[in-house]
Amino acid sequence: MSVFLNKDSRVIFQGFTGQHATFHAEEAMKIGTNVTGGVTPGKGGTQHLGLPVFDTVEEAVRETGADVSGIFAPPPFAADAIMEAIDAGIKTIVVIADGIPVQDMVRVERYRLGTNSIIIGPNTPGIITPGVGKVGIMPSHIYSPGRVGIVSRSGTLNYEAVAQMSDLGLGQSSSIGIGGDPVNGTDFATVLKAFEDDPDTDAVLMIGEIGGPQEVDAARWAKKNMRKPLICYVAGLSAPPGRRMGHAGAIISSESDTATAKIDTIEALGMFVVRNPADIGATVLRAIK
Amino acid sequence: MNIHEYQTKDLLKHYGVPVPPGRVVHTDAQAATVAEEIGGARWVVKAQIHSGGRGKAGGVRVGSSIDEVRVIANEIIGSVLVTHQTGAEGRLVRRVLVEQASNIVREYYIGLVIDRATRRITLVASAEGGVEIEVVAQQTPERIIREIIDPAVGLLDFQCRKVAYKVGLKGTLLPQAVKVMKGLYRCMRDNDAIMAEINPLAIVDSGQLLALDAKMSFDDNALYRRPTVSELRDFDEEDPKEVEATGHGLNYIALDGDVGCIVNGAGLAMATMDAITLHGGRPANFLDVGGGATPEKVANAFHIVLQDPAVKLILINIFAGINRCDWIATGIIQAMRDQNIKMPIIVRLAGTNVEEGRAILNASQFPFIIASDLNDAAAIAVTEVNNIVKKVAPLEKEPS
Repeated sequence: MSVFLNKDSRVIFQGFTGQHATFHAEEAMKIGTNVTGGVTPGKGGTQHLGLPVFDTVEEAVRETGADVSGIFAPPPFAADAIMEAIDAGIKTIVVIADGIPVQDMVRVERYRLGTNSIIIGPNTPGIITPGVGKVGIMPSHIYSPGRVGIVSRSGTLNYEAVAQMSDLGLGQSSSIGIGGDPVNGTDFATVLKAFEDDPDTDAVLMIGEIGGPQEVDAARWAKKNMRKPLICYVAGLSAPPGRRMGHAGAIISSESDTATAKIDTIEALGMFVVRNPADIGATVLRAIK
Repeated sequence: MNIHEYQTKDLLKHYGVPVPPGRVVHTDAQAATVAEEIGGARWVVKAQIHSGGRGKAGGVRVGSSIDEVRVIANEIIGSVLVTHQTGAEGRLVRRVLVEQASNIVREYYIGLVIDRATRRITLVASAEGGVEIEVVAQQTPERIIREIIDPAVGLLDFQCRKVAYKVGLKGTLLPQAVKVMKGLYRCMRDNDAIMAEINPLAIVDSGQLLALDAKMSFDDNALYRRPTVSELRDFDEEDPKEVEATGHGLNYIALDGDVGCIVNGAGLAMATMDAITLHGGRPANFLDVGGGATPEKVANAFHIVLQDPAVKLILINIFAGINRCDWIATGIIQAMRDQNIKMPIIVRLAGTNVEEGRAILNASQFPFIIASDLNDAAAIAVTEVNNIVKKVAPLEKEPS
């Protein structure tokens, strides 16, 4: 099964013929992702990577039955592309772009209300379900099929966690990057729910960072609703207040935004917590046993 | 991106928010001229730096004569203000805002933030004006009024009335309050701000509402479509190393430790700082080289980190996804050669092309310390930095 991206998913890419989309679509196809085509306005009717190119997402959905879209449009055009995908009924929309204006995302989230679409990102490495496929930019060779779900705000820290798990022989059911922006389409709690409902997932690793309430909100949700073990790490113990640490959303605006405050609260809620990022893999192993 | 108080007030004026008559000046003579032009009996002279707490630091003072305004301006311009936000080194004041002083009857707080939980712009108000809103939120959270704004229709009149009533702005003040709130909202929306606040919004003795102090912060990611806002940027208020880093597509933030850090990815960069801290060390900076880093970009990262004189060694932690370890290694060698680096360099490479990267480092004549993983890298960095401190300390105590 696994979450958001499974063996029945039919994938398109928006901005398909661009350099980045081409590279990452090819990488996705190499590991077996069911890519059915793509969209580049103005290039409809042509072929790219042996697949059909469409002018609009609506047409791509009608012709290929796509239900997952990887959006590679650059930040100024990303909001429009996301809303086009929502309008066309795409269920899982993965947004790679880093640098979408935050008020654009406020409008996108309003537009999404009442639809069945889920937005993964922006500013995310994407989704990978090892053995099934990926929609994103992560190095797929480091992942391996397994039964631990991963959800993170950061990309490279996700890779770090995966490497530590691999050293201990632990694989992943799916790995989801929700992105480093202050307003993202899907929050931790939504992904936790998907993993809780997934029969192929036994435990979930949540990798958060400074800024915003969503790690603690998710842990509160987990305490009430989750039976699978949840392991949490929050990056930024030594981050100064009021400074944006690389990610637009990684900023300490109040006491509750700090890594220490979050991890203490999450620990008090009874979750497994990791304080030293070098101990992520070992803590996941301990939680499963 | 932050801007000065006088710039914020200029913007707000265009959106119908009433502000006291005043102008920004660079010299004491100009201060006196402006005071005369705007008239009145008393004037406020306000230091223009990007920091809160200017009043407590002596950067906001009232003069009761033109001469006094000149003297105060002379004292403030060119002085260094130390506030809770500037750090001990303080901030040089290059200009002051001269305004007509008001007789304040009562003070309020009005602000707009992007609420991450609701993913909406939220109007925040309080009858506790002149106090930092974070303090009110902590001590008396029940005194904070919130109203969530639907981006499809914007801030509505009735929402403003609700908020105004709740903080006690009634009667003739009500329509004024609605106008201020809507003006603030439009200013935030139209300029892609991520935060806007008026604190205090004051009732003055004439019965008017006036924005006595205001602050706005803008979305760096939207500056490409806000040229007038971009022009308000004041590079003097930013760390030159951070400005240079931005120019090279790097994310750099100066911290107060001695372990220089070069990492890819914001999350891994924070985790690396955490690991150093947990081993008892202190990171000198946050630095994210980003994805697809070329050798030149890596070399630039060294150049920026090394401008901090406190840095005693550098820890490089790369987990390459779309990056390539061989490019990173080439960049490291280039920096070592061109920048004549003598301090210990600890390198942890993982991910794409890691074997090629390690081979490049091993083939060079430089004595890199290769770490096997994150924990190893942090432990070595802290041990090494402690050794350097021990070696240096006795030398300093030796009699000459």
